[in-house]
Order: sequence, then C-alpha cells, then structure tokens
Amino acid sequence: MILLTIDWAYTIEKMVLIAIVISVSLLIAMYATYAERKIAGVMQDRRGPNRAGPFGILQPLADGIKLFFKEEIIPNNSNRWLFVLGPCLAMLTAMMTSAIIPWGSTIEIAGRTIPLQIADINIGILYIFGVVSMGVYGIMIGGWASNNKFSLMAALRGASQAISYELAMGLSLIALLMLTGSLSLKTIVEQQINGNFWNIVYQPLGFLIFFVCALAECNRAPFDLPEAESELNMGYHQEYSSMKLGFFLFAEYINMFISCAVIATLFFGGYDMPFVDESQLSGGTALLTGLVALFGKTFILIFVFMWIRWTLPRFRYDQLMNLGWKGLIPLALLNMVITGAVVLFTMKTP
Amino acid sequence: MQALTQRAKPVDRRPMNWIEKIYLWNIFKGMLITFRHIFKKKVTIQYPEQKRPFSPVFRGLHILNRDEEGRERCTACGLCAVACPAEAITMEAAERLPNEEHLYREEKYAARYEINMLRCIFCGLCEEACPKDAIYLSETFAPANYSRKSFIYSKNDLLIPDPKTKPEEFNIAKGLIEKKKKTK
Repeated sequence: MILLTIDWAYTIEKMVLIAIVISVSLLIAMYATYAERKIAGVMQDRRGPNRAGPFGILQPLADGIKLFFKEEIIPNNSNRWLFVLGPCLAMLTAMMTSAIIPWGSTIEIAGRTIPLQIADINIGILYIFGVVSMGVYGIMIGGWASNNKFSLMAALRGASQAISYELAMGLSLIALLMLTGSLSLKTIVEQQINGNFWNIVYQPLGFLIFFVCALAECNRAPFDLPEAESELNMGYHQEYSSMKLGFFLFAEYINMFISCAVIATLFFGGYDMPFVDESQLSGGTALLTGLVALFGKTFILIFVFMWIRWTLPRFRYDQLMNLGWKGLIPLALLNMVITGAVVLFTMKTP
Repeated sequence: MQALTQRAKPVDRRPMNWIEKIYLWNIFKGMLITFRHIFKKKVTIQYPEQKRPFSPVFRGLHILNRDEEGRERCTACGLCAVACPAEAITMEAAERLPNEEHLYREEKYAARYEINMLRCIFCGLCEEACPKDAIYLSETFAPANYSRKSFIYSKNDLLIPDPKTKPEEFNIAKGLIEKKKKTK
C-alpha cells in the first residue's frame, strides 16, 4: 500500500543538509563571539580572552556553560508565554534564513547529485526579506512581554529601525535584480561565475546601501539602538537571564553570519573562487574551492562587521532615522532609476 | 588675551563640505586607525604570570625582622603601637627565660604581636618609630578573604623566615629589608 509517494532519499539528504548547516552556523556563531572579543581586544591594544584553553579558544564553551547554569528568571508581571516565545523566535528566524543560501555547487554521493543548498526556491530573496523582517518580532515580543518600560522602548526602537532600513535594503536589491533578472540565489551566483565580474562591480552603490542596511538589520553597531546600554540599561533583553538571554545574544551572531553569507552570495560571487575556472576542476576539488571561497568571503565580511563595531560610535535615534529615510532611501531610489535606465538602453538583460 | 601655553588649537568651525557630510571618507579614516592598532604593542600585563615591579618606597604588609642568627628583634617596647595613627597594632610583652636566648635577641620580647590589616592605613609610621630595626613594610598587599578575623595578622604571619630552617627565604626577606633601608 502506498500512502504517499515520497522520495525518502531526498528527504534524508535534505535532513542531513539541514543538520549540517544548522550545526555549522551555530559553531560559527559561537566562535564569532570569541572573534568579536578578540578583535575588540586587539583594536584597543588589549589581548582579549586568553585564559580558557590555548589562546582562549574554549572561551565560548565556558560562556555557554555559564549561561546554562544561570538561574532562570521570569518576571511575575510578564506574559509568561510570550516571554519564552521572544528568544525562541529570534533564534528560529536567525536559523531559517540559512535555508536558501547556496553553500556550494553540487556533490555526488552514491550516484545522486545533491545540490548544497537546502531549498533552491525561485523567490529566494523575497524569502530572505520575509524571514528577516520576522526576526524583529523576536525583539518586539521579548521586549513587550518583559513588562519593563526600557525593554519596551528598546523593542519599539528595534521595530522602527528594522522597518526603516528594510525599505532601503529592498530598493537597493531591486537594482540588483534588474541586472540579474532572477530572485533565485543559485541563479545569481551562477551568473556571477559565468559572467566577467561580480555584482559589486555593477552595483557599488547598491552594495554600500545593502551593507549599511544589513548592519542595521542585524542590530550591529553603529546601529545597535535596541541595545543602547547608556539610555536603555540593557535594551530589549534586560529582564532575560540564563540561556534565554544567551539565545538573544546568540541569534545576533547567527544573523551576522547569515547576512554576511547573503552579502557574499549576492555581491561577491558566492562560492566563486576568484581567478579560478571552476569548470576545469574535478568535482571534489571544485566543491572544496567553492566552500573555501564562500566561507573566506563570509569571514572577511564578518571581520568588517566587527571592525566597524569597534570603530564607530552609536548613532543617535534621530540620526538613525535621518540616515535611513533621508539618506539611504533616496539614494537607493536614485540607484534603482539609474540602473533601470542603463539596463533599458544597453538591454543588458540576461 | 595672551595664551598661557602654545598648545591650544583653534576649533575648526567651517561648515562641512559634501565629502565630510556623507561621512564615508571619515569612517574610512577611522577604520584605518583601528586597523593600525591591531599591530600595536599590547599594554596588558598578564598578571599572575607577569608582575610589575613595586616601587622601592611601596608600603605593603608588615614583616617582623630577625637578626642573622634568627632571633626576633622586637622587644615589645610599644613605640610602633603608639605611633600608629589607626591603632592597628596590639602587643603583649614577656620576659625572656634563660633557655630562650636563641629565640629572642633581648631580655624582653613580644609574646603576642598583632596587626589588624583592616585598620592599618599603611602609612609606615611604625617602621619609622621602631628603634630596634624590627618592623618593616614589605612589597605585598593583603590578599582578599572571607572573614574579618583572618585580617588580624599574628606574629606567625608577620615574622620573616628563620635562617636556620629556611635560609633562602630568609635571604630574600633580608634583601628586601636592605632595599627598604636604602630608600630612607
């Protein structure tokens, strides 16, 4: 009796891929916390964590263990259900974005060609936007359910910031989409591999806008308004303790990793190793160079994110809104119009 | 008005030009500065492994001196206790018995000698008051502890090591005292 015709091998391969992607992004997020502290240290002429293990590489583990053993506190006047939902949602949306990033071309196992991408959906970029804008619910619900005015204010800031910067982000990407003519990330990467240049050459302004907006979307400095310690105590996660706090902090680093991977995919050719013709290489080597290229680019971008954080002071709230609405959105519109005109006149559509 | 020094710099109040207004160039300059700092020498001192030398005039925890044969120099005259502005020092005198010549240098000695390190202000007046070259302030500070009682240092905590049983430690302590004497 056949109830459903399911390709079980397909399901299993996707499951395995999901498990790998999630554990790798968790691992990278773990070590991003370490890298952040190390980079902050060396940029301020300090050493950074160096006590736990050689060069302090066990520090993230120690931090995690510490967070797990902390007392779990749920405030009496908070909405218990939403209070727990907040960090869960933050973590969930952070992980969900990784589903559509093409991590490499394909891999051949037991006669099956498996693409190294969990889901190659034809609305890839739209999916990213959908999930990323859901990420702000984690902050909002967490901040509101805490029943604390500072948390609430931070949550409101986070929400308004995310909304303002999503607009510019979307507009900057529309220009890119005019060039590529596709929303699928896989297609965008393949075009960059087959074409002469990466998308950043065609869209430098678009990249700049997208990068600034990505900083704002990840709540990274100089746009870390929801966590402005000096005005809001600790921001939206003030009432959180133990691993719920850990989830919020961790989600930030996963977000950073994923958004760096997205930037690398959209503007820096994804798994395209520069100056190497992938089609000349054998399957295994091509796969490996692809992975090295993508992760190399991602790590460089993560470094830039951290570098910016430890260089620039935080924006004031009105400056943030000014930059978003009066600076980036008109600029993105201009970029869109110019790109549209150029595409129209040269007919450089693929 | 005449400027006192030539170091004052006038503030540039010109309106920002276009390049300055979009900040990108200045952000880039700032990022170059932080990047350069990656390669600078770190100022951190790795504390437990690496310690900074104390100044020769540093006034830390007290030590009670012995002479070359290991006899206690203190005669419990009480001048240090009188000199102490914080009243941190208490002592009880006792008379040396005939078979105790190898322990105490003179006929009278301190049977009990206590310094309350919580009261002590580390001014060093006891050191200056001592006529018998018996008390010195060392180059260590009081370690943290859980109880107040543990900060009352008795004679056992204060006396430097005996040259008969621990000659090396005695020499280190003596060297410290000699260094202190030179600063006077």
